Amino acid sequence: MEETITLSKAFDVSAVRAQFPILLRKVNNKDLVYLDNAATSQKPQSVIDALTHYYSHYNANIHRGIHALAEEATAAYEATRVAVQEFIGAASSDEIIFTRGTTEGINLVANTWGRQNITDGDEIIISEMEHHSNIVPWQLLCKEKGANLKIIPVNDDGELEMEKYHQLLSEKTKLVSIVQVSNSLGTINPVKEMIKAAHAVGAVVMVDGAQSAVHLPIDVEDMDCDFFAFSGHKLYGPTGIGVLYGKRQLLEDMPVFMGGGEMIKEVTFEKTTFNDLPYKFEAGTPNIADTIALKAALDFVLAHKNEGAKEHETELLEYATAQLSAIPGLRIIGSAKEKVSLVSFVIARVHPQDLGVLLDNQGIAVRTGHHCTQPLMKRFGIPGTVRASFAIYNTKEEIDKLIAGLHKAIKMLS
Amino acid sequence: MSLGTIQEREEKIIDDFSWFETWEEKYEYIIELGKKLPVLDDRFKLQENIIKGCQSTVWLVADYKDGKVFYQADSDAIIVKGLVSMLVSVLSGNTPDEILEAKLEFIQKIGMMSHLAQTRSNGLVAMVKQIKHYALAYKSIEETQKTQ
Repeated sequence: MEETITLSKAFDVSAVRAQFPILLRKVNNKDLVYLDNAATSQKPQSVIDALTHYYSHYNANIHRGIHALAEEATAAYEATRVAVQEFIGAASSDEIIFTRGTTEGINLVANTWGRQNITDGDEIIISEMEHHSNIVPWQLLCKEKGANLKIIPVNDDGELEMEKYHQLLSEKTKLVSIVQVSNSLGTINPVKEMIKAAHAVGAVVMVDGAQSAVHLPIDVEDMDCDFFAFSGHKLYGPTGIGVLYGKRQLLEDMPVFMGGGEMIKEVTFEKTTFNDLPYKFEAGTPNIADTIALKAALDFVLAHKNEGAKEHETELLEYATAQLSAIPGLRIIGSAKEKVSLVSFVIARVHPQDLGVLLDNQGIAVRTGHHCTQPLMKRFGIPGTVRASFAIYNTKEEIDKLIAGLHKAIKMLS
Repeated sequence: MSLGTIQEREEKIIDDFSWFETWEEKYEYIIELGKKLPVLDDRFKLQENIIKGCQSTVWLVADYKDGKVFYQADSDAIIVKGLVSMLVSVLSGNTPDEILEAKLEFIQKIGMMSHLAQTRSNGLVAMVKQIKHYALAYKSIEETQKTQ
C-alpha cells in the first residue's frame, strides 16, 4: 500500500466537541464530564442524522424490494459493508458479516467454526485479561466438546507473559482467541506476533477488537488474523451493530449460524441451500438503520485520523497518568508500555463504587467495578477499579475536573 | 435500635435530610451512618449472606425473636453501608407483616432514588428484596408452626 504523508493540522478539540450534542448536557447541575468511553462512546451529529434521515426518507426492507425506497436502503446498507472492508483492510466485502456486536461475533465463531472444528482433547488459548465475552463462549464450547481452555498469564504491569504464550502453543492448539486492547487495563497486545506464532502450529486466531477498532489503525490482512470482531457503539456509532470479519475460505467452510430469510438460496421442505457470503450469516431482516449509520461513524473516525486524534488521545493518557499518580494512595492498575487512552486505578482503603457515586454527583461519568473481567481482577487481588477512558472529544480540563473530583471524594470518605 | 413504627422512623430520616442543602451534606451524613454501623462479625461474613446484584459486597443476616425480625448488615463500600444501615434502622425489630408492608418511600423523599435504579451496580433493590425475603421466610415458618 502506498504511504501518503498528511501534514497534521493543529487538533481542534472544540470543533470536535461541537459535533457531539450530548456534551452540552448537565448532570447533577454540572457540565457533563464523560469518561466512560470504553463502555460506549457518544455519537456525533452525523451519526444521529444518518439514523433519522434513514427513518424519515428511505426506510424500507432491503435486498429483495424492487421499489425506490428498497433500492436506496439496500445501497446505503451495502455501502457500509464496503466502508467497513476498507476501514479494516479486508480483501473483500464478502468477508464482512454484520452482527449485533463483538459478543455476537465471538459467539458466531464459537457456534459454527468452533463446533465444526474443535474436538475432544483440543486446546483453545485465551488470556487472563479477556472480557467475559471472550471467555464464556469458549468455556461452553470446551465443555461440549471435551476440549481444554489454556490461559496466557498477565504480568504485574498488565502485559501478557509472551514466553508463557509460546510455551502453551502446541499441535493441540486449535484456536487462539485474544483481545487486541484490554478494556480494563488499556494494554495493547502484540497480536501480529501472536498470530504468526499460532499459525506456525496450525491454529486459527480470533481477535477481539472491541476496544482497539476506535483507537488503532486496523489492517486484518497485515495482522493476518482469521477472525476479527468489533462493535459500532464503541467507535462513535450506534448500539446494536457490530462486525465479524473472517477469511473467505474459513467463512465458506463454516456451517450456518441462524436459519431464516436472507440467508437462503432455495428452500423446499426436503432441503435448503444457503446463500453466498456474506448473506449466509445474516438471517432475517438485519439492523438496517444502525448499519447505515455505522458508515457515518467510520467516516468520522477517518476524518479525524490525520488531524491528530491519536496524538491528542496520547496526550490525554500521559496527562491523566501523571495527575492521577500524584494522588496519595492511588495505584494505577495496568502500566503496560503500549496502552490506549484509558486509566484504571484503585485508591487505598476506598471502595471504587464510593468513588464512582461521589464523582457522579459532580457530573463526572467513570466506570467502577470489575469491567466484565473478573479473572483479571482476581489476578490483581482487587474487587474492581475505577476506570477513566478517554475519547477524541475529551480535554485536559476534564481530567483536571476528574482530579479535583477525586480529591473531594477522598476527603468526604476519609 | 430505632424506636417507633416504621412510618415514624422513615419520617425521622426524611426530617434529618430536610436540613441538608447540598448533595455533599447528604452524602457526608450517609458516609457517617456507614462508619457508625457496627462491623459485622467475621463469622457472619459467609458466601450465603452476600446479597447478589451489588457491585460492592453486602452481607445481610437476620434473626427472629419474639415475633420480630432483627437485621445486621455490612458492606465493603461505605456509601452502600450507610444506605443499608438506613434500611436496617427503619425495618429491624418489626414483625414480618410490618416489614413486608413497608413501602420505604423515604428513599425517594431523601433523593436517593438513583440508588434504587435497576442497574447491575446499584444494590438497594437487591437489599430491599433480601430484607423482605427474610421477613417472608420467618412469616411462613411461624404460620407452619401455628398450624401444627
